[in-house]
Amino acid sequence: MKIPQLSLFAENRPGHLAGPCRLLAEHGINIRALTLADTQRFGILRLIVSHPAKARQALEAGGHVVTTSEVLAIAVPDQPGGLATVLSALEGSPTNIEYMYAFPGGHGGQAVLIFRFDQPDAALAVLQAKGVVVLPSELILGG
Amino acid sequence: MTRADTRPHARPTFHPASAPDFVPAPRLRELQLARLRAIIQHAFVHVELFRQRMESRQLAPEVRSLADIANLPFTTKVDLRDTYPFGLFATPLREVVRVHASSGTTGKPIVVAYTRQDLDIWTSVMVRSLAACGLHEGDIIQNAYGYGLFTGGLGAHYGAEGIGATVIPISGGNTDRQLMVLKDFGVTAICSTPTYFLHLIDRAVQLGLDLKSLPLRVGVFGAEPWTDSMRRHIESATGIQAFDIYGLSEIIGPGVAVECPEHDGLHIFEDHFYPEVIDPETGEALPEGQEGELVLTTLSKLAMPLVRYRTRDITTLLPGPCPCGRTLRRMRRIGRRSDDMLIIRGVNVYPSQIEAVLLEVEGTLPHYQILITREHGLDQLEIQVEVTSQVFSDRVGALEALSDRLVDTIQRVIGIHSKVTLVEPRTIQRSEGKAKRVIDKRGQS
Repeated sequence: MKIPQLSLFAENRPGHLAGPCRLLAEHGINIRALTLADTQRFGILRLIVSHPAKARQALEAGGHVVTTSEVLAIAVPDQPGGLATVLSALEGSPTNIEYMYAFPGGHGGQAVLIFRFDQPDAALAVLQAKGVVVLPSELILGG
Repeated sequence: MTRADTRPHARPTFHPASAPDFVPAPRLRELQLARLRAIIQHAFVHVELFRQRMESRQLAPEVRSLADIANLPFTTKVDLRDTYPFGLFATPLREVVRVHASSGTTGKPIVVAYTRQDLDIWTSVMVRSLAACGLHEGDIIQNAYGYGLFTGGLGAHYGAEGIGATVIPISGGNTDRQLMVLKDFGVTAICSTPTYFLHLIDRAVQLGLDLKSLPLRVGVFGAEPWTDSMRRHIESATGIQAFDIYGLSEIIGPGVAVECPEHDGLHIFEDHFYPEVIDPETGEALPEGQEGELVLTTLSKLAMPLVRYRTRDITTLLPGPCPCGRTLRRMRRIGRRSDDMLIIRGVNVYPSQIEAVLLEVEGTLPHYQILITREHGLDQLEIQVEVTSQVFSDRVGALEALSDRLVDTIQRVIGIHSKVTLVEPRTIQRSEGKAKRVIDKRGQS
């Protein structure tokens, strides 16, 4: 259920995303989801890829600083109130959302959201208990 | 021979070449005085600049006691530049068998000379240095100091051969080949600048090479100031024992002073190099235990004797004997040079202070560079720090907190507000010799 997400450090400079993307392409790795968090000072590129371990190795060999964290992919109905249902399910649980982003491409007419929780295991237990659909990693990674 | 001596890795605790390190202090002082008298005579007769300075002070080339040294004139780096190339040589050029020169980042380099006997002295102090680091016959030493005009390469080379080790004269650069040799040749000791060794550690991590799994056990690091926190980082990352070696071309090259296994200061080979610590402002000699500028007088070198040479290195002569038994006085390791001092908004700042903050906050030493600019008449201090895997996080807040913590700690230590910029790995230029940590652009705007 928990999906490995790669994050890498990127300076706020033109052309700085091309390098890592090219590296992944050279290794035949498909980018399934991507988001760039940027601040005035720097950026963090977050990636969900088809082969996380291989991708991390390639990126590190290419001189990038990479960290792997675990995220959850949640399917919600693509209609008003879809996200609200998930957030309500988490109310009262001790876990916090560090950040989230939408998964482009959808899943059987549903929207897919990627959540980074501070405590992924606790969040997973709460969500499953409340009947929220947490998607298996194979579905997201395309394995 | 006892059984213990036949073990293949039996380590002698005492190397015969180290005998002069243990001479009783009164005997050492007699030797120093005799050598000082001879060298002052030699310099007075053969070095015009020295003779003029003595005569202008109405000083005769006579020394009654070691304390008299305080009356003699200083020699500075400017003197070496002004007399470029051979003006301070005290022997005819045909007796000079080797010259070296400083890198000379600005203008002409400074040139230093050696007679056959001077080279033998240099080798002997390097042998004693390596012996103090626990090296001996049978060691395999990779010498990654640059060979050439720089004294580091050949100085360490002859010392390593002199001690009977197997020497790999690989010189600096070509990091991947350095690591291949380190692994394939069963290297037990490496000589390099500390920053170059940090670079080797980084590269080994990238290549998945575990330096702890190799026979490498000793590192002899010098040619630039480094810190105890760098030592801890090197030792914990590689499992080796890291020794500080000190020297400067003007005096002889590496082998002026070295740490013993106590790692509590560097023993100065004062049978050849007489140390004083002075107040850099007034030139007054300071007592043991007080910090000031190191001044060295060569006691035996013939081709280019230097009297009271101002090293610009800031240190303290440590009082009391060393548990290792050496009678040679110790100096605290050089953390900074008076030349390195930056004046930013009127405040004295040493790069080593910033380095210490980086280590304290991050737990390891990242590659960094200090940039000083002037905007609207005000000095701006920027520290560019490469992000390492140890501190990187996927959360924006964690990285912002890291750079804020660096800014706060730097402010606390040096009293100046700085800007910390996190940059991608391998974007700050790597040095294969001495690190270029400071870029001062104030003169350009």
